[in-house]
Amino acid sequence: MTRTAVTRSAEGKPAPARTKRVPPWRNPWRRPYVLGTITWLYILWSLVPVLIAVQFSFNGGRSRSTWQGFSTQWYCCAEGSIGEDPSLTLALENSLILGVATVLVATPLGVMLAMGLTRWRSRSSKVANGIALVPLVTPELVLGSALYVVMVNLYQFVPLGRPAMLLGHVTFSISYVLVIVRSRLLSIGRDYEEAARDLGASPLQGVRTVLIPLLTPSIFASAMIVFATSLDDFVVSQFLFGDASNVTVPIKLYNAVRAAPTPALNALATLLLLGSFLALILAYIGLRARRRGSQSALDDLAEYG
Amino acid sequence: MAEQETRRDRATRRLWPALALPGTFWLIALFLVPFYAVMAVAFSGSINIFGEPVPAWNPLDWKYGTFRQVVSDSISGPYQEVWIRTGVYSVLALALCIVIGYPVAYYTARLAGKRRGLILALLLAPWWINYITRMLAWVNLLQEDGYVNKTLGFFGIAPVSWLAGNAYTVVIALAYGYLPFFIIPLYASLDRIDPRLLEASRDLGMSPVQTFLRVTLPLSKLGLITALVLTALPMAGDYYTNTIVSGSPNTNMIGNQIELFLLQGPLKHYGASLVLLLSLVLLFFMGYYLILTQRAGRDAR
Repeated sequence: MTRTAVTRSAEGKPAPARTKRVPPWRNPWRRPYVLGTITWLYILWSLVPVLIAVQFSFNGGRSRSTWQGFSTQWYCCAEGSIGEDPSLTLALENSLILGVATVLVATPLGVMLAMGLTRWRSRSSKVANGIALVPLVTPELVLGSALYVVMVNLYQFVPLGRPAMLLGHVTFSISYVLVIVRSRLLSIGRDYEEAARDLGASPLQGVRTVLIPLLTPSIFASAMIVFATSLDDFVVSQFLFGDASNVTVPIKLYNAVRAAPTPALNALATLLLLGSFLALILAYIGLRARRRGSQSALDDLAEYG
Repeated sequence: MAEQETRRDRATRRLWPALALPGTFWLIALFLVPFYAVMAVAFSGSINIFGEPVPAWNPLDWKYGTFRQVVSDSISGPYQEVWIRTGVYSVLALALCIVIGYPVAYYTARLAGKRRGLILALLLAPWWINYITRMLAWVNLLQEDGYVNKTLGFFGIAPVSWLAGNAYTVVIALAYGYLPFFIIPLYASLDRIDPRLLEASRDLGMSPVQTFLRVTLPLSKLGLITALVLTALPMAGDYYTNTIVSGSPNTNMIGNQIELFLLQGPLKHYGASLVLLLSLVLLFFMGYYLILTQRAGRDAR
């Protein structure tokens, strides 16, 4: 007890609660109250504003700062709601089409690249690997402006708008697929393919009948992560969208936020949130299927994000 | 039999490069070539009738006049203030990230116990909430009659015009926006520290503060630098945060200048030159980071 008193006076903080097994003054991780409080305050700070924004998408009036009762009118069908305002519906449609198209193009490219680069050991594969990882650390502004410059000046056959945005989104998505699928490839090793080959499978058969089934959960997870990233992307889309008919949800939010917005904007943001969270929960399930532990699947998401 | 075996081996050897080919080609065409295009525009020596630069695809035709102009304007000229502002805002926002993010990452990795999964999920959530949505949420709260001013009014404090072009709003918004991207890599590195080292330090008579300063902090140095670099790179190219929460030219960062030149108006060679200059500055940090991680990798071996 005296020792506890000494610690208290020395550091000027309240005495720790007693844990069952280890006396507090010998517990190296004692008294995490301060850090715990900071963490929970941070979590509140980071999430509560978004929850309030979601709440206001259900506001009964036009205000985005005064609560006027619950209503779903901003989803449908008040004047200016998502259902009624063609520009909002169009933005949703554009975002969804772009997301699905990006998944369909980037996933196969990324999976093939991951298999190729992981199993093919040579100097050129190392170079290709290096190139493939650079997009992950390139600031979006740099990538976006470089893509804009190349589309306008060199790839003039790709019109700004959906085609250009698709090419841009696929470019940053390939690296995500590569990282996720490659970590799985490294963990399953080469034994299964070699067994398949010893049993008479051609290399391509080996890939199709052995490797692809083993990789399915990670391929699925990476597809979902690509979808969520594509939905959320703002900078690359903003450089490549061309004209108002190709606006995606984030661009719409950005353009409208300073111009007399209504809760319909919050409703749009809420739908975007739902879309990416749905994709993420599916990705999580995919990652968990291979790890059989919720903790490690979360850690995986933390690594890939 | 032997001949068949070699043929099959050869097929396998060819299979992997063949699989890697489309993706590699894609990244060359849409990642490397675009950078070359930026150089071709930045170093363009002529403009067309719209005043837009004509890209110089042949390196022999490159003229460095615009780029030199942009560099000297950045060192002492119209862009100097914008660069300094970008640097000051980023440094302040990164300092906030460390002050808030380090305790959070440390707690989650080391002390959260049974709640770790929950906390980690809650820390990951803002990562996947659209950045613009999160800024929009704050714009709602910071309106003249928003919740923040209402709360202040409850305590008798006069309402603040948060969104009227204040530097502090931009800095806080940047910290808010990028904290998730800072915390997660730092969490990952703190999580990897062997708890036995901390116990050993404790057993050898160190106080928790000493343990932190002499064991945890040095061991997490690499993770901290990783987190800082991964946060600083996008932050330096940010232009949307201050447009949303301030909108005033007095808070413009270098990203705003680039967006302005490239998307609004004919001076695309100036925009391209600024992109090059920004990339060079960021490459310096990335190079430092890469050298550091490689050295750490060698030490680990």
